[in-house]
Amino acid sequence: MQYYLEFIVAGLGLVLLLWEAFAAPKKKATLALVGATGLTAVLVALIASSCSTCASTAPEWMSRFVSNDGYATFFKGFALVSTILVLLMSFDFQKVINKFTSPDGSDTNAGEFYCLPIFACAGLMWMASATDLVSIFVALELVTIAFYVMVAFMRRNVGSLEAGVKYLILGALSTGFLVYGIAWVYGATGTTEIAKFVDLESSSALLFGLALIIISLGFKVGAAPMQLWIPDVYQGAPTPITAFLSVASKAAGFGVAITILRPFLASPATQGSVVTILVIMAAGTLLYGNLAALSQTNFKRLLAYSSIAHAGFLLLGLATGAFDSVLFYLATYLIMTFAAFFVLALIRSEEDSEEISALNGLGKRNPLLAGALTIIMASMAGVPLTAGFVGKFKIFEAALTNLDKVSWLVIVIAFIGAAAGFYYYFKVIRAIYWNSSEKGSAIHLPLITKVSVIVLTIALLVFGVFPLPIFDLIG
Amino acid sequence: MLLALLLIPLIATIAILAGAPARLTTLGAAAINLILGLFAACCPACAGTVSWLVLEEPAIHFSLGIDGMSAVMLVLSVIVTLAAALSGTCPEGREKLWYSSILLIAAGAIGAFISTDLFFFYAFHELALIPTFLMIGILGRGGNERKAIAWKTTVYLAFGSIVLLAGIILAGTQLKSFAFADLAAVAEHQNAIALLLIIGFGTLVSLFPFHSWAAPAYASAPAPIAMLHAGVLKKFGLYGLLRVGLAVAPEGMQHWLNLLLVLLLCNIIWVGLVTINQKNLANMLGNSSVMHMGYIFLAIAAAIASGGQITNADGGLTLAASAAVLLMFAHGISIALSFSLADRIEAKTGTLEMNKLGGLAKTAPKLCFLFGLVAMASIGLPGLANFAGEIMVFLSGFEGWTSDQDLGPVQIATIIAIWGVVISAVYMLRAFRNTFQGPVEAKCENVTDLSLLEKAPAILLSIVLLAVGLYPNLLLNLLK
Repeated sequence: MQYYLEFIVAGLGLVLLLWEAFAAPKKKATLALVGATGLTAVLVALIASSCSTCASTAPEWMSRFVSNDGYATFFKGFALVSTILVLLMSFDFQKVINKFTSPDGSDTNAGEFYCLPIFACAGLMWMASATDLVSIFVALELVTIAFYVMVAFMRRNVGSLEAGVKYLILGALSTGFLVYGIAWVYGATGTTEIAKFVDLESSSALLFGLALIIISLGFKVGAAPMQLWIPDVYQGAPTPITAFLSVASKAAGFGVAITILRPFLASPATQGSVVTILVIMAAGTLLYGNLAALSQTNFKRLLAYSSIAHAGFLLLGLATGAFDSVLFYLATYLIMTFAAFFVLALIRSEEDSEEISALNGLGKRNPLLAGALTIIMASMAGVPLTAGFVGKFKIFEAALTNLDKVSWLVIVIAFIGAAAGFYYYFKVIRAIYWNSSEKGSAIHLPLITKVSVIVLTIALLVFGVFPLPIFDLIG
Repeated sequence: MLLALLLIPLIATIAILAGAPARLTTLGAAAINLILGLFAACCPACAGTVSWLVLEEPAIHFSLGIDGMSAVMLVLSVIVTLAAALSGTCPEGREKLWYSSILLIAAGAIGAFISTDLFFFYAFHELALIPTFLMIGILGRGGNERKAIAWKTTVYLAFGSIVLLAGIILAGTQLKSFAFADLAAVAEHQNAIALLLIIGFGTLVSLFPFHSWAAPAYASAPAPIAMLHAGVLKKFGLYGLLRVGLAVAPEGMQHWLNLLLVLLLCNIIWVGLVTINQKNLANMLGNSSVMHMGYIFLAIAAAIASGGQITNADGGLTLAASAAVLLMFAHGISIALSFSLADRIEAKTGTLEMNKLGGLAKTAPKLCFLFGLVAMASIGLPGLANFAGEIMVFLSGFEGWTSDQDLGPVQIATIIAIWGVVISAVYMLRAFRNTFQGPVEAKCENVTDLSLLEKAPAILLSIVLLAVGLYPNLLLNLLK
């Protein structure tokens, strides 16, 4: 059963598309809620089928391409939770989507927006359990093509179109790198099955292929020097899609990186070179993400740069080989990023602005939202007693235990980056409480956003003090 | 009971944010905490312990427990919290922010001192960061500069915390677990760990040259925040060095002993001279608190020089460690009292510039008496708690030294440090004379003396100063 979940998800997406096309629902946004419900059912099925006593082997015809281990189940659950949250966010964002997809602001052209994330989710789930370079590539294509459309979806908004074109061109380029790298690795090792990458000899063909694959994965997660597309694409895309890109796409990139690089990090022939590349990328990413975020005045762009900074921390964890800490950081990253984006989406649809100055005086206008956003920003900065701090703590701990592998410099850069984070995240807190806004009116908080923000914020505080449940999920 | 000490301020904060009457809730919570805290300190065994597993790899527990040193710090925290809740004037309409900040900072301080796990010891101290940022930025004195000061303080403290985190992780990963009970000298990187801890804890305690955040922050913070920060939160760093630093990196600390001695002398002499030069009462008090940290660092240096042990064979604290703890307590109470009274002076006269004040003794004799008391305490007059602490610090500098030995670095540092008493006499007496004696200035003419409610925190703190000063065994017995 657990091997057919992706098919169910893809089927759900097709059903919703057909429903949207032929028996159009009154309000297209209900598709989002139906999709979210369906995915919740799939999530329950995933949890039920992944109990330790019900492990089963893959059916014969797909056993070469997929297998489910602890990490795969984690990433599948991750993809499902992300998509559910994206659909919920899209429901509350419908005003903006409608405005930028049809001339009269109706939802005639907006239907597909609520179906595409489901396809991307299926692709993410397949990527999570892929064990062959080819199946990784195919699943990756499903995800990225869905994303190309979603990013450019608000076709009457120039920013969205520009973001879509940039993402398409650079994404296609990176896919080319990936395929070329896979070809070289196949040529060097004679197989595309990752399980068969043992007893490797370090040949220049293998290292070249690996370098190309790492470059492509680096593009996906936004690692320096392939991170320049992130601020523009994140800022232009519709806010729920930015959240989806920022969380799910990045996590999938890291999941694939762990899957592909695990044998190479374990084998002494290739370990040194791979770790060196990863450490250099981590250092560059940390520097770029944190320093560029310092001067941002647009909240959405700030979150984009901050996601680059978070990718830097994750790369550092990846380089040390402590994959558990990477997964834990991704889990906490999901909670805090979605919480921040829920607030951003709300501000965008109520205030029509994504600037930090739109948050001025939020403390007076909506104390609940202000308090929640303070906790979220504190978590992103890494203030202790929040989940974000535990994530950073685990990464630092992994790095300092593996000092001989990663060397001092990148750790110092990581610490400087964390300190810089205090400034740019606290800028938001300053706007909320210190500055006053011209409009003193209260902000209307739709139900779904309100519940989501409250639940996610409480999760941040609870997991900041008792993170064990997440570790049990990672297995 | 320890969990109650921690939860009461947190629940009170949530209650205030949900709409409960702010001042009453805070005073109630602080009073209950005072009773619980005193009870827990006198009977550590009855206070019980808490230990829940939080992380397996590395082994981290949410664990609370009290022993001698933390009992004294707990008593300091609860006393200053009650006094802080009673001090200062909350601006109209700002009760929620004012009182919830006091409670959050108090919760952070109490949590840090009753924690027996490195992770939560560090984490609870950071609980104070955002309330301080908001309080200085929104309600601080000083017009537009207060925003810059709030930023500087927050980023500086964040930098110190991150350096400290690096040291803690580097040490913690080499230990069996993060619990205090498992603290032992680590095998590798002791020098690096010791330096990181000195800089990290030092920044949080305003050790020279990482001290420039402290005086402006205390000068512009509202009174309760200054009292809690200068009185209680700063002691976190000193407590940490004693408890954690000496335990995990004794040889490393010894390696940097001379550096520490130079820095603490700069605290005492350099910052002391800067304090003499201050023209504003709040700035002067802020700088004086930075200066006094030098003495406590001297006690820690003496502990390092004598081998890094803080407990004797019979389980009690060594002279150096007891001196540090006693002076931490005494300084905490006296600086809290100073800031409380300075705030009253500003409320009544509208200014803290010493050239605009004068002759306040005629119009506000009770205020004059109390301020005189704390001025004498700060100088180190016998009979008040600070003298007991300082004399023990100076004696611990010469502990184990016999007259046939040469004067070592610690001894020389102690001799130079004693001159700090003269420096503090100069600035305190000058401040007292300028503010209270002489002809009555314009601003001080129509001043009413302290009302009963205003006297309450001052009387509470003064009684403690006198009690511990006249009978230091009250505290020293807790340390055995």
